[in-house]
Amino acid sequence: MSTLPLAVTRRRRRGVRHTLDTRVSPYAYVAPFFLLFCAFGLFPLIYTAWVSLHEWTLLSETQTFIGLGNYGTLLADGYFWNATFNTLSIGVLSTVPQLVLAIWLAHLLNKRLRFATLFRISLLLPNVTSVVAVVVIFSQLFGRDFGLINWVLGGLGAGHIDWAAGTATSHLALSVMIMWRWTGYNALIFLAAMQAVPRELYEAATLDGASNLKQLRSITIPMIRPTIIFVVIVSTIGAMQIIAEPMLFGQSTGGGGGLATGGPDRQFQTLALFVYEQGFANSTFDFGYASAASWLMFLAVVIVAGINFLLTRKVKGGLV
Amino acid sequence: MTPRTRRIVPLVTASLLALAACGSGGDTATPAAAPTEKIKLTIGLFGDFGFKPLYEEYKKTHPNIEIAENVTQFNDHHNNLVKRLATNAGAEDVVAVEVGYVSTFTAQPQKFTDLKQYGLDQRQGDYLDWKWQQGLSKDGGQVLGLGTDVGGLAMCYRKDLFKKAGLPEDRDEVSALWPTWEDYIATGKKFAAADVAGAKFVDSPGEIFRAMVNQAPVGLYDAQDTIIVDSNPDVKKAWDLSNQLTAEGLTAKLAAFSPPWNTGFAKGSFATIICPAWMTGFIQEQAKDSAGKWDIATVPGGSGNSGGSHLMVPKQSKHPKEAAELIDFLTSKENQAKVFKEEGTFPSIPSLYDDPSIQNFTKPFFGDAPIGKIYSNAAKALKPQHLGPKEADVRVAIGNGLGRVEQGKQTPDEAWAQVLEDVKKIK
Repeated sequence: MSTLPLAVTRRRRRGVRHTLDTRVSPYAYVAPFFLLFCAFGLFPLIYTAWVSLHEWTLLSETQTFIGLGNYGTLLADGYFWNATFNTLSIGVLSTVPQLVLAIWLAHLLNKRLRFATLFRISLLLPNVTSVVAVVVIFSQLFGRDFGLINWVLGGLGAGHIDWAAGTATSHLALSVMIMWRWTGYNALIFLAAMQAVPRELYEAATLDGASNLKQLRSITIPMIRPTIIFVVIVSTIGAMQIIAEPMLFGQSTGGGGGLATGGPDRQFQTLALFVYEQGFANSTFDFGYASAASWLMFLAVVIVAGINFLLTRKVKGGLV
Repeated sequence: MTPRTRRIVPLVTASLLALAACGSGGDTATPAAAPTEKIKLTIGLFGDFGFKPLYEEYKKTHPNIEIAENVTQFNDHHNNLVKRLATNAGAEDVVAVEVGYVSTFTAQPQKFTDLKQYGLDQRQGDYLDWKWQQGLSKDGGQVLGLGTDVGGLAMCYRKDLFKKAGLPEDRDEVSALWPTWEDYIATGKKFAAADVAGAKFVDSPGEIFRAMVNQAPVGLYDAQDTIIVDSNPDVKKAWDLSNQLTAEGLTAKLAAFSPPWNTGFAKGSFATIICPAWMTGFIQEQAKDSAGKWDIATVPGGSGNSGGSHLMVPKQSKHPKEAAELIDFLTSKENQAKVFKEEGTFPSIPSLYDDPSIQNFTKPFFGDAPIGKIYSNAAKALKPQHLGPKEADVRVAIGNGLGRVEQGKQTPDEAWAQVLEDVKKIK
């Protein structure tokens, strides 16, 4: 009788197919991401490193290998360090108040409210607005002669401030734009984490007479620490890569000839904008130099994100 | 979406859109199209050239041609063109190139169509000689671009503000106030002394600097294409005079072509502005409500040219013949005259200068100023200057220097030292 062995093989074959399915198909499912990542993430990363070792411009047909020459020039380039300082300054000015504000907003929204969903959605609205629109509007608000903010300041007798001209004032203006766009977004992430905190803890704390602020500090923040670390890292990376805001701010406020220099004194040129200027905004199109700058920028992002990771991890000790 | 890509996405989307836009330039029908076949020509400009009515007219005689205009901002336009030439994709069939960039592009003749093969070298006799020369390849052997307009200089001023300051209003009397730039500054001081509310004498020193350099026999480059910013006394003099405007508090600190500058027009924040012919169209556009308040006087320091453009056909165009014909049409004598009357950009064809229709042309917006006569005289008197391949970059470096002084960040000497450093780095 051949039916029985046949059934056995079939079952066995199905077994093979089954194992193949469970073992291999997960890789097949994630493959599209990795293929795209390799094409648009990994390859450019490695190719940029290769380009950065050359004297390489868009216009010349030949590219000469110069080793670390571009990096050497870059480390001696005052404009590069200026951009690094501006990036860090704008990063700190925008990220720190942003996160504090976001936690506070999330804490407020974590209470039982009427129209809670409405409030939560409206937090996200600044984030879905186009960055161009945000910067154009804010540049007008921060306008020197006819800006609303200076009008109010003038009314208070404080006089007019040329926001785009000063280093500190321009950083402040840019930080406000960044905070406007990202505070609500981060607040929502915090809110999601806060909702996972057991209610009993708050009830017990209320019974013990802990104040609202005390509850935020001693229960909420320690409980959502992993989320805080995540948000800090992501915001740091985002802040290190700011380009659209300073570029459009420069175009909207004028002052000098260069649109990618971040003001005539480069007072608000960030690292990403520096890379753009070198690679795309002057008629040299120095890809080699711009690539070297983006690699150093990448390293800076890794270092700053790492420092922030260590710092945020330490927060635990003080609060629990 | 990973959190990391979150902030980059809008930029990526934008660049994809830009790529898509580049792509659309290339797919303009098939080569060797039969005369009856529809042909779409694209034309890339950096502002309103006043060509739109001409396209309509052209379509009447060329029913198979469709024209799509693509206007981008000044710097973007030229930077994009460099990229598109280098990558051999995405450039329009006809591109406008401003005089500050023209030698950048004529230095790469292999990237452009020699218009001689379509007989456009016959147009040489029409043109101002120096304008014609600017459109030739470096060895003079190829015709790469045909001129549209020239920017003969004049000075526009607000009559009402001059009146308030107790200065003369009549254009001849105003012209007599400033034979030289020193006189111009002296007039500015008088204006400032009258303390007219909300108004400064000039918008910003940037364009004034450019005009002064353009009046010199030699500018930012010498004839061998070497940058001579550090050694040309005329450049240093222009720098010093520009900064004097700042030091005397005569500028409104409104950088040209920025949004606050546009607002400044509407609010009457400045009383004078350097006025190449094309600027008149701009003022009319920006200061719609101030018709009759502006007038035009002669420029201090003799004549000079600021701005003006050429039209060129990139080699990658699939329809070089049709593109060349379109250029011939757009730059023809009649059409340059038409565009001048509408838009203010002044012809580069000298036989028009004595034409009664130009000589007697006035504009009500500028208090019926005889702008035809003013700019004809300016164009006849001006002496051409050699422009180098990286004019635009040098101008950015100097413009930033003037900006630093204006914003009070540096003394003129410090700013000059940094300008020279920056200029040295331009390769």
